[in-house]
Amino acid sequence: MSFLPFAVAAWLFVVGLYGIVSTRNLVCAILSLTVVQSATYVLLLGVGYRTGGQAPIFADIPQVSTAVDPTVQVMVLTDIVIEATVTGLLLALAVQAHKRFGSLDPNELRAVRD
Amino acid sequence: MHIAALPMAVPMLVAPLLVVVRRWSPRIVVDLLATATGVAVVTLCVILVVRSAHHPFAYWMGGWRPGHLVTIGIALDVDPLGAGLAAFAAVLVTAALLYSWRYFEAAGGLYQALMLVFLAAMAGFSLTGDIFDLAVFFELMGAVAYALTAHRNEERGPIQGAINFAISNSIGAYAIFVGIALLYARTGALNMAQIGHALDGHQADPLVLVAMTLLFIGFLTKAAAVPVHFWLADAHAVAPTPVCVLFSGVMVELGLYAVARLYWTIFAGPLGPHAHTLQAILIAFGTVTALWGGIMCFTQRHVKRLLAFSTVSHMGMFLCGVGLLSAGGLGAVATYVVGHGFTKAGLFMLVGVLLHRFGTVDEFDLHGRGRGMRLVGVLFAVGGLLLAAMPGLSTFFGKSLLDGAALEGDYPWLPAVFVFSSVATGGAVLRVGGRVFCGWGATEREDVPEQEHAASEEEDEETESRSHTPPLMVIVPAVLLVAAVVGGLIPGAVPAVEKAAAHLGDHAAYVHWVLRSGPPHYAAVESKHVEDYDYVYAAGAVLGAVAIAALTLFGPPLRRRVPEPLIAAALRALGGLRRLHSGHIGDYIAWWTAGAAVFGGASLVLLR
Repeated sequence: MSFLPFAVAAWLFVVGLYGIVSTRNLVCAILSLTVVQSATYVLLLGVGYRTGGQAPIFADIPQVSTAVDPTVQVMVLTDIVIEATVTGLLLALAVQAHKRFGSLDPNELRAVRD
Repeated sequence: MHIAALPMAVPMLVAPLLVVVRRWSPRIVVDLLATATGVAVVTLCVILVVRSAHHPFAYWMGGWRPGHLVTIGIALDVDPLGAGLAAFAAVLVTAALLYSWRYFEAAGGLYQALMLVFLAAMAGFSLTGDIFDLAVFFELMGAVAYALTAHRNEERGPIQGAINFAISNSIGAYAIFVGIALLYARTGALNMAQIGHALDGHQADPLVLVAMTLLFIGFLTKAAAVPVHFWLADAHAVAPTPVCVLFSGVMVELGLYAVARLYWTIFAGPLGPHAHTLQAILIAFGTVTALWGGIMCFTQRHVKRLLAFSTVSHMGMFLCGVGLLSAGGLGAVATYVVGHGFTKAGLFMLVGVLLHRFGTVDEFDLHGRGRGMRLVGVLFAVGGLLLAAMPGLSTFFGKSLLDGAALEGDYPWLPAVFVFSSVATGGAVLRVGGRVFCGWGATEREDVPEQEHAASEEEDEETESRSHTPPLMVIVPAVLLVAAVVGGLIPGAVPAVEKAAAHLGDHAAYVHWVLRSGPPHYAAVESKHVEDYDYVYAAGAVLGAVAIAALTLFGPPLRRRVPEPLIAAALRALGGLRRLHSGHIGDYIAWWTAGAAVFGGASLVLLR
């Protein structure tokens, strides 16, 4: 198995964090959040990959000896559902923020702070 | 369906029903249905506690039972502690729903439905035996909580608070997913008992340590450990008051429950030889959290933020207790969490009464305006004494157990941290009570002008002031606070909680009852006694809290005796601490990254 998926996952996680920290636009921050989550997809699929493995379909086709792990694929699907929910909610909040603050710059959001 | 699945299934089914029926039925029907569901879940969870009291059991959904210690199915692990936590969450949700009857004038059914989904997620989180389900329930709990925070989505505060809350906690959740993927890569299992069994007898290598770091820092984000706690005050300041009750009372504590559970079921084996070092790391985080929360709590004038930081401070104490990695520490924290949860729930509801009546939660704006509300004032003071852990109250039993566990674990200085936390948080609440309900102290604060904006934040929720308070809004917090006062005195209550918590810490027994369905053989749990020194500490904490509250209310003349440079330096340091809570999501995530790096770096260097 290749080392590459793990390196890509680590890179995506860190670069997504950097995006949230450095951005001046809330929508960009939310998209960076989905980049962080993409790291988990790549990692999960990398974990389940088997060299020479086929798609995990066990009916109606000739049987093969190795298949990639279907469990991680199910986990990725669950993960995507969660992402859709959270991203949708956050984008709706970003719309509201633009309406109420007149800006999407996190520096201009000053309603809660100490 | 087995009864173990019902605490999740029932509220999940009623929630969409509420969304449908709200169109045709009057509000009272929606409220009654939601509250009745809460009561039903309480009953179900109590039944689970009783049934698992002697023989904890795993329920394998769809009948996919494990064979030869290999699991395919997904389990619910029902033990008294998990079921008890679910019951506790259900009690608080029921109380919050009951309180909302009169608190919200326009709650159209969606709010109640979200509260029920929140309850289902918390119950699932407490009961699941599968690490991936744990993460999914964590995310469900989060998604509902973000929506509830932004309930009043036309106002600026709730929008920003919910965005900060959602992004911080989502990052935590993704860290958890990565940790799970790494553990799955190593062990091929998602069942916690099986992962733990597979790692037993192996040394902790970097992969296990990185997985542990990501899982712990992810759950600690929910548990508001410094420096990943920043979202908490923002979310609490703007969320509707009945929602704050659930956030502070049980949701953040569940984050810590996950840390304790993961340690004892999964990492206790490989990290056993290094337990002392891990103890030091967790206690370091806990101590900083307790002190930071205490200081921030005492210097707030926004009362909901004040209570939020009091939660941060208490979470620091609880993290120290869990970090002792002993059965005694777990028992202490479990006892304390119940007392603290009822107290904090009651206090938030009383602040809700003030907000409902006067349309503000600013301590100085409220000066003397609560004079006519005797009962509310007395209850508020009782809440302050509960936070200070006055002897005889239920929080005192938790705290004395925590002191005992700290001394046993060779951390003789920890009780001093706990006393500080009690003094700062109890003193802050007593000070607010004195100012609002008795009209003592200054009407405006001269020394820290930068805080003025705090007052204007809360022009939302319930804007106009009213002339009376609905009785239900005082009865519910009164019942919760009375429960917190007398809870520790019920014979057998504290030892039962101690025992349930100690059983969580029995790794071998857990693997046995989950994977082999056998009756567990627990070592006998010896319940601790309250020692004489506990009374000394507690009396010191209560006197300290009263003294510091009195000093801030009546002490300004004394201030002139303190050298000016000293005051200036203290105010500068305080200003620096406050500026860190900037409300800027980028800053919060930078701190999150730093916290994860410190935790991970310390683990990788020290735990090898």
